Amino acid sequence: MEIDPDDLFRDDEDDPDNELFQERESTKELVVYLVDASPKMFTTTCPAGDRKDDTHFHVAVSCIAQSLKMQIINNSYDEVAICFFNTREKRNLQDLNGVYVFNVADREYLDRPTARLIKEIDNIEESFMSKIGSQYGIVSGSRENSLYNALWVAQALLRKGSAKTADKRVLLFTNEDDPFGSIKGVIKTDMMRTTLQRTRDAQDLGISIELLPLTQPNSDFNVSTFYSDLLGLKGDDLARFMPAAGEKLEDMKDQLRKRMFKKRLVRKITFSIANGLSIQLSSYALIRPTLPGAITWLDSVTNRPLKTERSFICADTGALVQGSAKHFQPYKTENIKFSVEELSEIKRFSTGHLRLLGFKPLNCLKEFHNLRPSTFVFPTDEELIGSTCIFIALHRSMLRLKRFAVAFYGSSSRPQLVALVAQDEIISAGGQVEPPGMHMIYLPYSEDIRNTEEARDILHTGSNVAPPHANDDQTRNAAALIKRFDLKDFSVFQFANPALQRHYAVLQALALEEDEIPEIKDETVPDEEGMSRPAFVSALEEFKQSVYGDNYEEENDAVGNGKASEASKKRKAVSENAVKESGNYDWVDLADNGKLKDLTVTQLKYYLTANNLPLAGKKEALISRILTHMGK
Amino acid sequence: MARNKDAMVLLIDVSPSMHKALPEIEKVCSMLAEKKLIYSKYDEVAVVLFGTEETENELTKEVGGYEHVVVLQNIKVVDGQLVETLQQLPRGTRDGDFLDAIIVGMDMLIKKYGETYKGKKCLCLLTNAQFPIKYPLEGTKEDQVSTIAEHMNTHGMRMESIVVRGSLTGEANKSVMDENDNLLGIFSKKTCAKLVHVESPTSLLGALRTRKISPVTIFRGDLELSPKMKIKVWVYKKTSEEKFPTLKKYSDKAPPTDKFATHEVKVDFEYKSVEDPSKVVPPDQRIKGYRYGPQVIPISSAEWDAVKFKPEKGVKLLGFSDAKNIMRHYYMKDVNVFIPEPGNTRAILAVSALARAMQDMNKVAILRCVWRQGQGNVVVGVLTPNVSDNDNIPDSFYFNVLPFAEDVREFQFPSFNNFPASWQPNEQQQEAADDFVRMFDLAPPGKEEALPPGLTPNPVLERFYRHLELKSRQPDAAVPPLDETLRMITEPDKELLSQNRSVLDVFRSRFEAKENPKLKKSSRRFLRDKPSGSNEGHADISDEPNSSEYTSAVKVEKVGDATPVQDFEAMINRRDSPQWVGKAIKDMKNKIHDLVEDSYEGDNYPKALECLIALRKGCILEQEPKQFNDFLRTLYIFCQEKALSSFCEFLASKELTLISKTEAIDSEVTDDEARNFLVKSEPKLE
Repeated sequence: MEIDPDDLFRDDEDDPDNELFQERESTKELVVYLVDASPKMFTTTCPAGDRKDDTHFHVAVSCIAQSLKMQIINNSYDEVAICFFNTREKRNLQDLNGVYVFNVADREYLDRPTARLIKEIDNIEESFMSKIGSQYGIVSGSRENSLYNALWVAQALLRKGSAKTADKRVLLFTNEDDPFGSIKGVIKTDMMRTTLQRTRDAQDLGISIELLPLTQPNSDFNVSTFYSDLLGLKGDDLARFMPAAGEKLEDMKDQLRKRMFKKRLVRKITFSIANGLSIQLSSYALIRPTLPGAITWLDSVTNRPLKTERSFICADTGALVQGSAKHFQPYKTENIKFSVEELSEIKRFSTGHLRLLGFKPLNCLKEFHNLRPSTFVFPTDEELIGSTCIFIALHRSMLRLKRFAVAFYGSSSRPQLVALVAQDEIISAGGQVEPPGMHMIYLPYSEDIRNTEEARDILHTGSNVAPPHANDDQTRNAAALIKRFDLKDFSVFQFANPALQRHYAVLQALALEEDEIPEIKDETVPDEEGMSRPAFVSALEEFKQSVYGDNYEEENDAVGNGKASEASKKRKAVSENAVKESGNYDWVDLADNGKLKDLTVTQLKYYLTANNLPLAGKKEALISRILTHMGK
Repeated sequence: MARNKDAMVLLIDVSPSMHKALPEIEKVCSMLAEKKLIYSKYDEVAVVLFGTEETENELTKEVGGYEHVVVLQNIKVVDGQLVETLQQLPRGTRDGDFLDAIIVGMDMLIKKYGETYKGKKCLCLLTNAQFPIKYPLEGTKEDQVSTIAEHMNTHGMRMESIVVRGSLTGEANKSVMDENDNLLGIFSKKTCAKLVHVESPTSLLGALRTRKISPVTIFRGDLELSPKMKIKVWVYKKTSEEKFPTLKKYSDKAPPTDKFATHEVKVDFEYKSVEDPSKVVPPDQRIKGYRYGPQVIPISSAEWDAVKFKPEKGVKLLGFSDAKNIMRHYYMKDVNVFIPEPGNTRAILAVSALARAMQDMNKVAILRCVWRQGQGNVVVGVLTPNVSDNDNIPDSFYFNVLPFAEDVREFQFPSFNNFPASWQPNEQQQEAADDFVRMFDLAPPGKEEALPPGLTPNPVLERFYRHLELKSRQPDAAVPPLDETLRMITEPDKELLSQNRSVLDVFRSRFEAKENPKLKKSSRRFLRDKPSGSNEGHADISDEPNSSEYTSAVKVEKVGDATPVQDFEAMINRRDSPQWVGKAIKDMKNKIHDLVEDSYEGDNYPKALECLIALRKGCILEQEPKQFNDFLRTLYIFCQEKALSSFCEFLASKELTLISKTEAIDSEVTDDEARNFLVKSEPKLE
């Protein structure tokens, strides 16, 4: 029988609804950080916040360290190499002068980042001069071309992996806009030509080269001197490349972080609009909670990973159940059985499609209409030509008319109504802050919404008086307080997750077998200092006075004391009783003769209470706790 | 159990003007009963109808009056019979007096439970309130309602009223409706009553809370503005996904005679060494390993506890910010609500003052929350004001979780302005889009908002519970199709479409989306609209307003899994290129081959037969008998080799034959040969 190879290898099971839709291409990223280490990088500085100025070299290295930390947290399989050029020492496979590939033990030049790599790159400045050294690589009189060498090394490092499965990039950090400025004549043109040729060769191999220029406050980085040719920038692109003079460290970090994450498509969605008109969208997860990586079970003796085997056992007979296809729900007096097919049938509505149902004004989208992080959608003309045009037209109309679209999204896990909210592009000096597109917000169903704030049986515990609303005066005082306590330029991403940071700090310390775990600053604690400013304190006092009245403090204290005394009185009585009861037993004797087990749990608890030990657990646990406490 | 046992009296208006809404009421009430059977099966329910021809209730016997009120079902524990009763409500003939029904319902609850009953007592009124209630013997209607409301309070009863209006009921006297709305409003002011107006069948399905969830606080304590000023608050969930029920795995190992068999399946985990799979590692010899880049670092739980992040419990204000700084799409999770501590006047005032000031100034507050002691992380979120317009309800805040720096992935996207001119909409197109967005309106002024989340039920859950009920009576019942009401949630409203036909047509004519011809066919599979469930079927889909264009726009490119026969037919009928016939036949052959090969105990045979019949028909029509005959022979040999001869028997039993000369002139097979091809083989097999 004739078999078409195309058919043979098609995967019918490829469910476009698979939550982690695998992109065919570019699943992995290979990055070479190419850092200029010329003396100029060490002598020029840029202002860094309110502290002393930092050298450009420091800026570049700390940016890289930052992004590596992000990368390792995100558990990615991306591989990186860090490479300095314009160095005194050399270390590279090609044995080229002026290029030093930085690496640590147990790691190839281009490999996944490890704890040690991050640690050493963090501290590289201390030892850089003595171990690697810095010197200009391109000087008149020598025919050396360190930039050329660096690009060559980078290209050689990126030879690993096919261009189809990996995204290859070189990120170049430098503050020298004219690398060949010190030489003249034919040699200069020749060197420039060969360097550009080298770049082009690399680009032909599917390697993209990106420049992260470091600027000084007083002189701009002139891209057109040399790098525009290298990057292939023309016209408008060129003008947009350096948006504003005098970029700060923060911007630089921002930029790098944005470039760090290559877009990853979640899936493609067909969006049917009306009358058979459909367009295609790509969806992206821009905001998802980052969780500590999954736990792997290890054998505590060998530290080798363990394999988990799951088996299903029939609760009635103890027999092994092989792939049970039926499920059941007890209902009325019997068990109603469902096959897997039936269950997926129940959940199936226009699988994988997004259907437009209509538009609503933005004020219909309430603050509580939320269940999960949103998903970003952007049009694509890849399969349906015209999608982008229609999307842009709708996007503009929705922004102008202040409306959002309501659509039904037939995902196989939870078919759901969604709100599509148009987002206009926002650009700041550091680049794109919000991309243009639409955010898909998952709307709750009526079953998912609770009206606790209106449930009067909770709100009115006994009393039948209507709850007061604040009067104008009180509201005015609150407004004054709000004014005093304004977070200027608040941005949602300004806080690092302290739990996650701590988690990885601990892991890093243990991975490197350090004794001390570095302290992580919790950025989320309130600004105590700001709160003690007199202006704020007085605004707060006024507000407090207006809503709480005069004798709040005393009353509050009284209430607190009253409660505490009542509860503690009871607690005290219990423990006194326990001490008394406990005195009736000869615990040491009981323990020695193994007679503790003959006592009741209540009796055992006398001892525990009398000695301020926890009372939780089964009887055996209580006994062992007592024995431990006695030191037996 | 008794503590959680609640009682509910359903008061249903069945008067003629309600007949249009009754099918939905039947659905929502039976859903209520179905969920009670699963989640709170000790609850008690009674059903009272009003607007009936007959009169049957205790009050009429005792004191007279209360005509046209029938107690269809006295208070009793929910059972299957109740579901059936609710699914077929009798239709009434008279105009209903809802106040009579309320009194009858109250009387039933009082007689049954007295005043000492601990569980919740609830009345649920479903009416259109279109007809005036009778004048009381003394005083005004308002007085009478107030007296009843007070009575309700003393007995600790709650009431939920769903008033059906709009398209669901006919014309009615507006002044009467206003009067009734006013009267029902008294209940919600004076008692624990909720009043909802619904205009569409979908909203009616979503209006009744079909599953009772007792609210539990996430946090009770201080909202700390500063160490010097605190506000006592309680925090509840505002939204929380009602999940699809987790069904248990079924085990059929127990003998059918075992009446006490649970049929449950237990899951057992074993940890084995990777190197030596026969070695099982006991639990105490396991240690948790945490991933850090390529390394896995072993840490025992005790060690971990000693070093992990341990924030102090508390909810603290970080500051206020302009509302525009917090984009809507940053919200990460389900939503919480902060209410001031009940009964604490100062807390209520403080929350109210802040909420009102925030609303006026368009500000939000940023908080840092640790809900419980021992929680391993902190939550940073945004507090938005929820100023209540009801005097009885205190102001509160909504709380949404915001992302941390690690949670945001800043991907770069091209600016729309940088796209080529051909991707930019021109003026006319933009105008069409504007009209479309303006007219295709789900919340037109003066009308009820369509599909508001608060009144839209989850179609998946609706479908599940309906199927469950069907299956309890008929174990092999098929999944019920989506009815018209649920379809309103998943598909555009036909009425809205037809109202805006002209706007749509203009929009449609000014834009075009066509397939990219350069793409290989294999990557086009996204475009094929998978049918949304067999029950809707193909015939059904053609009812959709957009389907005709849809199928023509998206042509079938290959024989898929879901509907191979239809795909095959569509392909073979394509006339845009002669290659489609050959491709269709080839695809179909592969499909059949796969079906037979992957078949387990013959489960795919019927489907394979369907496909074979379609292929046979297609081959006759297209004068390709050899293709079919050769294929059938190959398949036959294949089956013999792979010990799948049962398939041949199956085919023989269904009288599937080769294509003979009489059917297609090109065939070299005689009628006899055709008939005997499979039959003959049987003796050989034995």
